[in-house]
Amino acid sequence: MNRSILVSSVLHLILIMITAFSLPFLSKKPIDLPPIVSVELIQITDKTNIPFAPKAKKTIEKIKEKEKKLVSEQAPPKKVKKIKPDSVPMPDDKVDKIEKIKEDKQNPEKIDNEVKQVSEFEKKELFDPNNIAALIDKSKVESAETINKSDKVTQDQQKNIDNVGLSLSEEDALKAQIFGCWSIPLGLPYNENLLVRIKLQLNPDGTIQQSEILDHARMNKPGQGFYKVLAESALRAIKLCQPLRVPTTGYERWKELQLNFDAREMLEG
Amino acid sequence: MKKIFVLLFIWIFQTNALALIEVDITRGNLNPLPIAVSPLSIDNESKKSFEKILDKKDIGSEISKVIENNLKTSGLFNPLDKDAFLQAPEIANLKPRFEDWNLIKAQALITGKVKYVDDKLRVEFRLWDILAGKEMMALAFTTVPNNWRRVGHIITDKVYERLTGEKGYFDTRIIYVAEEGPKTKRIKKLAIMDQDGANNKFLTLGNELVLTPRFNSTNQMVTYLSYFRNLPRVYLLDIETGIQEVVGDFPGMTFAPRFSPDGKKIIMSFAKDGNSDIYTMDLENRIVEKITNHPSIDTSPSYSPDGKYICFNSDRSGYQQIYVMKSDGSNVKRISFGKGLYGTPVWSPRGDLIAFTKLHKGKFYIGVMRTDGSGERLLTENYYQEAPSWSPNGRVLIFYRETKTDDKGKGFSAKLWSIDLTGYNERLVDTPTDASDPSWSSLLTN
Repeated sequence: MNRSILVSSVLHLILIMITAFSLPFLSKKPIDLPPIVSVELIQITDKTNIPFAPKAKKTIEKIKEKEKKLVSEQAPPKKVKKIKPDSVPMPDDKVDKIEKIKEDKQNPEKIDNEVKQVSEFEKKELFDPNNIAALIDKSKVESAETINKSDKVTQDQQKNIDNVGLSLSEEDALKAQIFGCWSIPLGLPYNENLLVRIKLQLNPDGTIQQSEILDHARMNKPGQGFYKVLAESALRAIKLCQPLRVPTTGYERWKELQLNFDAREMLEG
Repeated sequence: MKKIFVLLFIWIFQTNALALIEVDITRGNLNPLPIAVSPLSIDNESKKSFEKILDKKDIGSEISKVIENNLKTSGLFNPLDKDAFLQAPEIANLKPRFEDWNLIKAQALITGKVKYVDDKLRVEFRLWDILAGKEMMALAFTTVPNNWRRVGHIITDKVYERLTGEKGYFDTRIIYVAEEGPKTKRIKKLAIMDQDGANNKFLTLGNELVLTPRFNSTNQMVTYLSYFRNLPRVYLLDIETGIQEVVGDFPGMTFAPRFSPDGKKIIMSFAKDGNSDIYTMDLENRIVEKITNHPSIDTSPSYSPDGKYICFNSDRSGYQQIYVMKSDGSNVKRISFGKGLYGTPVWSPRGDLIAFTKLHKGKFYIGVMRTDGSGERLLTENYYQEAPSWSPNGRVLIFYRETKTDDKGKGFSAKLWSIDLTGYNERLVDTPTDASDPSWSSLLTN
């Protein structure tokens, strides 16, 4: 009897202990998450890649050469004698040091050991002319790998973007082009609905295969004479702009486009 | 139930996959539209006949020049240089080679033909959309040869309407006060001309001072103020017949008479017992009705195009400001609240805006605001300018501007200027003498 009471008491105690330890977890505040920042993935088109300016290229090459020279002239760190900043080097010391370096360079065994400790610049300079073929083969393999890798990425991206709209940069490029071509008829009544929707079927090069005004019936409605003028101006803009600045890839995605021309914002000024 | 879910899933999936990419184009350019105005072709016989009557070597070419000039002054079109045209007018009129016109960047093309038929001038014209490669409009007119300039204006109106979506303003006239002589002893005559400055005529001799001529928007009648024995009188003048009549002899001073939109009434301000109020006068029964009754100075009334409201200026707030009221004089509301003084309000024929003159810090401005006073825009600023008058389509304003007199009392001039609602297309309207107080007629042909 007593034993049963004891067992029951122990078990109850354990239960109370578990509850006491676990309850604070329930009352704990939820993790304070930082506000969610929406991120839109942007397809960076070829246009946004800044071409490598020839002038800049030359300058960079010059700097590189300079750096290379500096590195090649630099003595291995271990060999350099530490000079106190306040001590004035004697002319004799300097000559000795240069001579020493020259000696080092003339000794191939020593260089081999030291190369491991210096930068990549020096490494590039030191190549075996007899081993060029091997190097080329290696680079071929490496470049092929890189191409494969990059191809894989674009295919993945392609799959992702096949079902979505144009990227921001693609849409902006197209908009900017049409903005320049669309002469808005200034006489339109700005308190009316000035939206014209045009569906386009495009060729891969951005030229127009077919264009269709989606609200064609509105043209013949009484009091909607301005709509015809607006629709015609939009069609002129498209024709003037062709070939349209469409993405170079993903034709299936944009072979059909709908352009919504709305003049109200411009006319209300 | 399960089937419904599956179908719903498939439908959602498909709509996502087939979603059409939409791109919103909310901006465009306001550049003038490049247009080619090909000289109207004419056969040799017709050419000779017109040369005898009109003393013009090639009337077809002259009409096309009128059209070209109209389109250019509108600021909305850029007529291309004729030297760049590759196709001859007589061939272009039959069927333009769109590639040739596309090459010179034309977006629209006007072609036509002039013929002498039964002592009359017959003009055919066609408007082409170069980019679409199709004809947009084809019309023909027959008139007396002397009307050749008007034919040019009518063609421009039609082209303007077809390409901009609103009626043109080219087949119109402008009445104004022609001024001559030194500033202290000005001779003022009533004068009329086409909107492009051609066919200028003086309607009065200049013996009496004339002021504020205003067109009736329904016909070619003009009302104006003229001084007779040092007292201003309101006159009515029929431009077509030249018949003139005095509307009324008022005991006090009358100012700024203007027609109601239906042309049946004249609205004006009238000073009596030292107080200026707004009155209307029925032209049929000559009954005068007082519209405002306030101890302040109420002047420059102008009706809204539907005739339901009147805008005017008043100093009842202490400063001259613009007010709007119902046409019976009730519900008076102040609409201008900007800094400076506001005057000469004129309601736009479109009904959406009120043009005004503003004086602020010694400068005069011509501006527009919405009828509730919002959206005030000042279009032009100068030393002295006032009296805006709307083109019949409510797109352009004509006003006059005076230049400053120098220390020797010279250099003063008053000229007519026009400006469109964008504020960019400001132009001097050429007149043979100095000019002030312009008023724009409605379209001569509708």
